[in-house]
Amino acid sequence: MNTLMKWMAAVGLLLATIAPAAAADLLMVRVDKLFPEAMAQLQSAISSRGYTVTRLQEVNENLERRDFKSDMYRVVYFGKYEEVKRATASHPTLIPFLPLNITIFAEGDQTIVVASHPQALRRLFPDATLKPLFERWEKDVVAIMDDVREGK
Amino acid sequence: MLTRLLVVTLLAGLGLSPALAAPDGAKLYGRNCAACHGETGTGGIGVPLALPSFQAGISDDYLRKTIRLGRPGRVMPSFDHLDKAEIEAIVRHVRGWNKGPAATYSTRPVKGDPVHGRQLFGQYCAACHGANGEGSKGTGVTFSRPRDLSIMAPALHNPGFLAAATDAMIKATLMHGRKGTPMTSFLKQGLKEKDIDDIVSYVRSFEKQPLPESAQVLDVESPVIVRDSSYDLKTTVENVKQAVTTNNFFYGRVQTLEYGLIEPARENPKQVIVYFCNISLLNQALAVDPRVGMFLPCRITILERDDGKVQVMSVNPKVLSRLFNNAELNRLCEQMSESYTRIMEEATI
Repeated sequence: MNTLMKWMAAVGLLLATIAPAAAADLLMVRVDKLFPEAMAQLQSAISSRGYTVTRLQEVNENLERRDFKSDMYRVVYFGKYEEVKRATASHPTLIPFLPLNITIFAEGDQTIVVASHPQALRRLFPDATLKPLFERWEKDVVAIMDDVREGK
Repeated sequence: MLTRLLVVTLLAGLGLSPALAAPDGAKLYGRNCAACHGETGTGGIGVPLALPSFQAGISDDYLRKTIRLGRPGRVMPSFDHLDKAEIEAIVRHVRGWNKGPAATYSTRPVKGDPVHGRQLFGQYCAACHGANGEGSKGTGVTFSRPRDLSIMAPALHNPGFLAAATDAMIKATLMHGRKGTPMTSFLKQGLKEKDIDDIVSYVRSFEKQPLPESAQVLDVESPVIVRDSSYDLKTTVENVKQAVTTNNFFYGRVQTLEYGLIEPARENPKQVIVYFCNISLLNQALAVDPRVGMFLPCRITILERDDGKVQVMSVNPKVLSRLFNNAELNRLCEQMSESYTRIMEEATI
């Protein structure tokens, strides 16, 4: 018994020292399309799921204004009014993470699209009442990224 | 036999054949791996998985463990949400690019002299893999490194690598090199097999050392920084704008959270966001990891609660280190976290 306990403690210690990499909390897609085409596809995929695109942050223009070189780079913000209103009324600390957004930037003739996986929000805000909302966002964001990747 | 028949019948009843129910490796690879490793394994941000010498030098188990554990702090995440069958499907898909037999390696430790190995490591390996095995600089993401190399020298000190690679695999890589990459055969460089055993034993000794900085991501006590304001909403908004300026940022737009979601007259005026930026800092952050754009520009929210109390809040920038699994962001994240806290405290006290 004593040996078993020692063995279990040793295994536990070994497992504790292998620090896992952060979980795959980012969704990334590389598409073989020029930026404008990929951008149009992204916005269409977002709108088709009932979200409103609220703003396009022009990152590369801001960098170029200060003489920093940059390829095309945008952050697309989107949301649903009622969802945002309800979620932030009950959980104001969610506000800094909203509206949802997806980053899109050119890399040569290809385009990279990056989104934070809503499962990361589930980890940061473990409140059970938020679970259905996060699951809905998760399903939609994954589907949006799939649409962009598959060129739908 | 009867059980198998029953399962097939049940699956057929659900409209699924066993083949359809099995995870689709190509699809899983496309969704989880292709952005970094390329649709056809040509690499880019990640290792070129289809490179013949890479395929010839690694075992299936190395792939499985790498997918499962990732590389802490070095961008490659841990795909812990994938189950065993899904990981196996990805491994089979990646192995589809292999023209030769799959390598298998003994799990037996290689015996050598780590003290002599350390000396040889400094002489032969450190120039590419770093003095302490921390890997080449840059984490491989897009424009953070020159694009003329097909592969980056891996971080040998990384616990994900050490857990995935057996001694025998490391030894084989040292003996034969990896064609198509800067990794050459050390036998051809004049080392003896005994010397190579010594280097392997030194690399394995990294496991007994403390977790290197390059493998650490920041822990956060809270994902959001919150401060109560002593002022009303309007004054607090003005204070935030002022504090942003005195902390070397410039503020841009000031909007409600609901901006663009509803007509302006119906926006909630009690949820205000001040956007601000420091372009030089932005450029630095994007050079380290271009994906951080999703948290830019910087923003602080000012909120008037139902009880009339005013709070300011922002994302804690330290969460980015873990989210992007990029230890090279740690310094910037800590710096940003300090700046946010300072701005919020100046605006509220």
